[in-house]
Amino acid sequence: MTSSSGDETIGSDNAPRAIVAGHGSLPQGLVNAVDCISGRGSDFLVFSNYGLTGIDIEEKLREEAALHGIKVFFTDLPGGSATVAVRRMMRTDSALVLVTGANLSTLLEFAFQTEASPAEAAKAAADKGRGTLVAFGDGEAKPVVPTGDR
Amino acid sequence: MSVALYRIDDRLIHGQVVVGWGQPLNIGFIVLVDDNVACCDWEQDLYRMGVPPEMELFFADVPSAIRDHHKYLTDPRRGIVVTPDIETMQRLVQGAGTIHDVNVGGIHHRVGRTPRLRYVFLTPDEEQQLAALAEGGVKVSAQDVPNARQVGLQELLTSRAPEERTA
Repeated sequence: MTSSSGDETIGSDNAPRAIVAGHGSLPQGLVNAVDCISGRGSDFLVFSNYGLTGIDIEEKLREEAALHGIKVFFTDLPGGSATVAVRRMMRTDSALVLVTGANLSTLLEFAFQTEASPAEAAKAAADKGRGTLVAFGDGEAKPVVPTGDR
Repeated sequence: MSVALYRIDDRLIHGQVVVGWGQPLNIGFIVLVDDNVACCDWEQDLYRMGVPPEMELFFADVPSAIRDHHKYLTDPRRGIVVTPDIETMQRLVQGAGTIHDVNVGGIHHRVGRTPRLRYVFLTPDEEQQLAALAEGGVKVSAQDVPNARQVGLQELLTSRAPEERTA
């Protein structure tokens, strides 16, 4: 499945355990990066909300989750359409787990949490992703010290 | 400061509204005008989650939004008013009487709708509703995000977007 508004898997070894949903081609890019780094891209289905109504997003996510028995969702923006759709799904399925603001570290951590329950793996992934957000530097230029003088 | 944008968007509160428009326009409040959301606490919680703390979010059905429209206009902050569909915006425009510009921001694919732009799909009835708004003196245009080109109603109604859906 490769349409711009549909979903697809990347890699071929593992059955998908989570859906990565969000804006534009970000989900595909994130999962592609997971596959490049770990070869575990097929742990994820990717889903773009491009061109879809909120109702369509929810319907398609429900279909894919049911088809693959998936309980874990990663989304990009906490207030995005995909997040809203999954929150609606959670209203009728308390076993679903949602992680918003997902980044590459989040997905990598989840991919390697193969023994944990979906909820535990998702929580560990969220913690990992949160911890990798760091701003370096104070924005003030300083003289460069040549490495040979250290 | 007044209402900076009256927007028709079937996704209501989402990234394009809160971040895309909200940040460059320095938006302080959003009014979500939707009869179905206004009567449901759970739905309101859902949308509240997507709005940063510095932005206030009001929920209103159409009669309440008409009643409070003057308050929105005189609020010292800038605001966005969002409706889920053309018909709701039409009722608001008719009731408020002081809305001069309407932004078509996102009406997505559904059976019976023709793709006009990559983010605007319209049925013949919806096209008539937009035309009626314009005949009533409202400037109707389509624009999904601030950096995109603003498309006037005439062009919108005669455009034909490719079948591939992007928005």
